Amino acid sequence: MQTVIHTENLCKAFGDFKAAYNISFEVYKGEIFGFLGANGAGKTTAMKMLCGLSIPSSGKATVAGFDVWTQTEEIKRNIGYMSQKFSLYEDLTVLENLKFFGGIYGMSRAEIKEKSQQLVHELGISQFANRLVKSIPLGWKQKLAFSVAIFHNPAIVFLDEPTGGVDPITRRQFWDLIYQAAARGITVFVTTHYMDEAEYCDRISMMVDGEIKALDTPENLKKQFGVETMDEVFYELARKAQRKGD
Amino acid sequence: MKQFFAFIKKEFLHVIRDSKTLLMLFGLPIVQIALFGFALSNEVKEVNLVVCNLSNETKATELIQKFDASGNFKVVQVIHDPNALDQWFKNGNIKMCLVIPAQFEKNAVRERKIDVQLIADSSDPNLATTLVNYGNQIVFDFQMKWFGQSTLPGINPEVHMMYNPSLKGTTNFVPGVISLIMMLICVLMTSVSIVKEKELGTMEVLLVSPFHPFFIIIAKAIPYFVLSLFNLSIIVFLSINLLDMPMEGSILLLFAESGLLILVCLSLGLLISNTTNSQQAAMLISLLGMLIPTLIFTGFLFPIENMPKPLQIISNIMPSKWYYIIVKDIMIKGLGIKYFWKETLILMGMAIFLLALSLKKFKIRL
Repeated sequence: MQTVIHTENLCKAFGDFKAAYNISFEVYKGEIFGFLGANGAGKTTAMKMLCGLSIPSSGKATVAGFDVWTQTEEIKRNIGYMSQKFSLYEDLTVLENLKFFGGIYGMSRAEIKEKSQQLVHELGISQFANRLVKSIPLGWKQKLAFSVAIFHNPAIVFLDEPTGGVDPITRRQFWDLIYQAAARGITVFVTTHYMDEAEYCDRISMMVDGEIKALDTPENLKKQFGVETMDEVFYELARKAQRKGD
Repeated sequence: MKQFFAFIKKEFLHVIRDSKTLLMLFGLPIVQIALFGFALSNEVKEVNLVVCNLSNETKATELIQKFDASGNFKVVQVIHDPNALDQWFKNGNIKMCLVIPAQFEKNAVRERKIDVQLIADSSDPNLATTLVNYGNQIVFDFQMKWFGQSTLPGINPEVHMMYNPSLKGTTNFVPGVISLIMMLICVLMTSVSIVKEKELGTMEVLLVSPFHPFFIIIAKAIPYFVLSLFNLSIIVFLSINLLDMPMEGSILLLFAESGLLILVCLSLGLLISNTTNSQQAAMLISLLGMLIPTLIFTGFLFPIENMPKPLQIISNIMPSKWYYIIVKDIMIKGLGIKYFWKETLILMGMAIFLLALSLKKFKIRL
């Protein structure tokens, strides 16, 4: 299996505070990798380093084959990103958003046009294509934001709590899109607080106090802790935390 | 480059789609120009005047007509009882009174010099001084016409008001208003537009993209730079055509110097956007931080020469102060760059310093 993310003893310290400590894991191509942890456990810190937004204090990591120390520009070109906050411009139309995000990733005009049409067709949103984003239903915005994040066909897409504040049906549909992307070979790196979503992941890592305390498939983790649900796995691990979340 | 154009296009779309921004961008200058041009003027026109005429001779009536026809005064009533004057002033509807003594014409012919009294309400000392000056001038002219120049005793300086012979207020206000509008709009719009992206969460996405943070700032600044120049054209057009503002110097030079001020303001806006994460706060800082200091320290409302030394020193850090001097030199005096290269250099220095500082402080991390 092809490795797309590889980290080895990756650390990030702010003064004496070790936000992330000795993080080592691998993520494979086309995998859905769940990155779990309580608030303040260090998920965001770790993710920022992988996105090329923050330089590690020590350790090694490559993302899509590029080094996080020296090749952040190449990393940025090969990843997509979506956060809990909406990342689309509300005062632009759906097509204008696609044009803009395609544009800043350096896609050609013809390519943007062709892929936009394809996307609109696949999602069945031709009625929204020329409407301002603020006027389309919330569930669609979320799905569209995801489509925009993978519009330039990145090797990896980072999703930071992508389904916060969304109803269960939309969440389910959202995960269908994630599966489709993974099937096309895009690696999905997702943080979440919903344990049912954790079950959808191929593999999961659990961060507690800046360290990875468990990493395996949901099935194996449940077996390892001798419990029935991911909820209980999370609880078993997170309650040992010393740090208080914010 | 393609990325850059995509970004600039998007910025323009934001402006065009937001009616509030459009209103601020184009409504504010028009309102300000109209306000300062027409309403807030320190010129004195048609001030109510009461004449206490104790003489009733022909020449006295002639003098009263002169006052009425001057445009500065409006004779509301001619009274003949000096004791009633007090009540007129107390009521507050007159600012000045002209008293023509009895036997005015007879005495004047004998002494070859006229003798009248001007009483002014000096609860507003500036206004009173101005009114008395106008009154003196009218009386002086009247005497000259009557007896001719040669008869006048003492020294008669010949006064010549350079650059603005009619002493119009607009020539002073318009350059000030231009600086004010540039300061407010540029700073406000830049800071709000960046903070808005932080609020929406789109800034994160931009920072994760391969689009370099440096270019995010430049691409943000360019549309507002262009819009501000467009805005400036409106103001200059209005002030020349509507307010009869002179345009003696080179328009090109005016725009070049304005470009410099806009650059300073855009950098200030960037700096403000670094310090806050909410649009409201950005708006508040931009408005309060810019409006009052600009009004006070530019020099078009309160002469900086009259301020206490510490305030004069503080006024030097206001970009608008230097810009105001430049605009006046270009528009009113028609001077070239060699008369204000020092001011230009100061603005340039400010632009470089602020731009470097804001680029350095721009948080390229999430």
